[in-house]
Amino acid sequence: MKDTERAAIAQRPLLRVEGVSRRYGARIGCAEVSFDLWPGEVMGIVGESGSGKTTLLNCLAGQLAPDAGRVMFDTRDRGMVDTLDMSEAERRMLGRTDWAFVHQHAQDGLRMNVSAGGNVGERLMAVGARHYGNIREQAIDWLDRVEIAEDRVDDRPSAFSGGMRQRLQIARNLVTGPRLVFMDEPTGGLDVSVQARLLDLLRGLVREMGLSAIIVTHDLAVVRLLADRLMVMKSGHVVETGLTDQVLDDPQHAYTQLLVSSVLQV
Amino acid sequence: MSAYNFAYLDEQTKRMIRRALLKGMAIPGYQVPFASREMPMPYGWGTGGVQVSAAVMVPEDCFKVIDQGADDTTNAVSIRRFFQATAGVAVTEKTAEASVIQTRHRIPERDLRQGQILVYQVPIPEPLRFLEPSEVETRKMHALEEYGLMHVKLYEDIARHGDISTSYAYPVKVEGRYVMDPSPIPKFDNPKLGMAAIQLFGAGREQRIYALPPHTDVVSLDFEDYPFQAGKADHDCDLCGAGSSYLDEVITDDAGGRMFVCSDTDFCRERREAGHVGALGVEAVA
Repeated sequence: MKDTERAAIAQRPLLRVEGVSRRYGARIGCAEVSFDLWPGEVMGIVGESGSGKTTLLNCLAGQLAPDAGRVMFDTRDRGMVDTLDMSEAERRMLGRTDWAFVHQHAQDGLRMNVSAGGNVGERLMAVGARHYGNIREQAIDWLDRVEIAEDRVDDRPSAFSGGMRQRLQIARNLVTGPRLVFMDEPTGGLDVSVQARLLDLLRGLVREMGLSAIIVTHDLAVVRLLADRLMVMKSGHVVETGLTDQVLDDPQHAYTQLLVSSVLQV
Repeated sequence: MSAYNFAYLDEQTKRMIRRALLKGMAIPGYQVPFASREMPMPYGWGTGGVQVSAAVMVPEDCFKVIDQGADDTTNAVSIRRFFQATAGVAVTEKTAEASVIQTRHRIPERDLRQGQILVYQVPIPEPLRFLEPSEVETRKMHALEEYGLMHVKLYEDIARHGDISTSYAYPVKVEGRYVMDPSPIPKFDNPKLGMAAIQLFGAGREQRIYALPPHTDVVSLDFEDYPFQAGKADHDCDLCGAGSSYLDEVITDDAGGRMFVCSDTDFCRERREAGHVGALGVEAVA
């Protein structure tokens, strides 16, 4: 790639969100959210339970239709396209190629009655891989990258621990080389030492693959480690945005100050 | 039998089923919903096949029913009698003479010709069902041609058993578009699905009809390095000596005795009448 081309690409955000709103009847899910996500950037969305983080993430990932707003994605072949105007076939294709979604509960994102290798291979087969040997090789390679031993490749996820399931889910999502990863509380429900390993792994993968990611969490330690930029939500509204360290070390909004000061120091 | 309308079903119902059949023929492999009726037999005994047979039957038809290839099992005999009683059509056990053949779990060994209709009894029409429990989702997957999941099933077979161990209801792709469950026929029969006869599939409980017009392009799914293989027991028929027919294994005593016989009883009978004798067979009485 020539430098001019690279410069041209970097001048365009990967994802542009404009005024996304979603209401549940009279209640607000999320309101008037706008931001740009640049290639290789990791964005954290934090806030308390019920602040609209997950609603927003689902709207961005095409799993929920927003009532208003636009979600523009820089597609490989057509440039910036509003994902809400796409046909369902296109959006689902995007969902298994350039996008990935890591669920909070691994069992939501895995097929529990299919072996680990089959779980990782599913996305490959969904985009047309039809050579068993190659699929299996890639599956084993990816299990290795998420620190799951090769001899577990034919075990079902139901035989895995919570941390392993979550790592398997990550392998399954990243195997087709997505450019944008949505993560919904990726470390939720895991004990702290497993969390630390998972975060370490995620940080390595995100940096190594140059992924862009949107991470929804209520755990400030997660965003401190992973996120470049931070968005704080409260009651469906974005109350503060900025660089992660800036927001966490010098919170401006009253709610952010409360959030930061609520973290227990050991 | 004036107490019944011809072939049991009323004319409006037959028209409804024929419309579904025509739609199915127009879109090979596509599962057409239809308003399946209660039939005087339990689900799982061929209520879908019986309704399809009733809808296509005319008084001049010659009707044959097979169950796992055999003409003489309970299921085959009772369905044959049912149409004898309610439609008064001629019945036969000879594949060549039949114009409508209702089948459960087999395709006859003899090549079917143009003008014949093969009606399948289908228990579960959805090939993706055991991997994706949601009907809404499987319909969407058919609509958007997302069939990667079907290969996940084959992948699991190889990972667990060393090769594709699915031996019946082996998924096929029809005309490069719809993935279809060919009903629980052995995969030995899959290569015959592109036959010259019309093939109609009826699932009564699941209320689906689908169809294959004559000479449809039907491809069994596989992997590049694990190609599809139509398998059968590595043996010849012990009664007629046929080496190329699909075989049933029959246990003959409790001391390990067994024999292999053609599952297609009509095919086996014809060969024995023509003078062929297998390893355990006896000379046919002329």
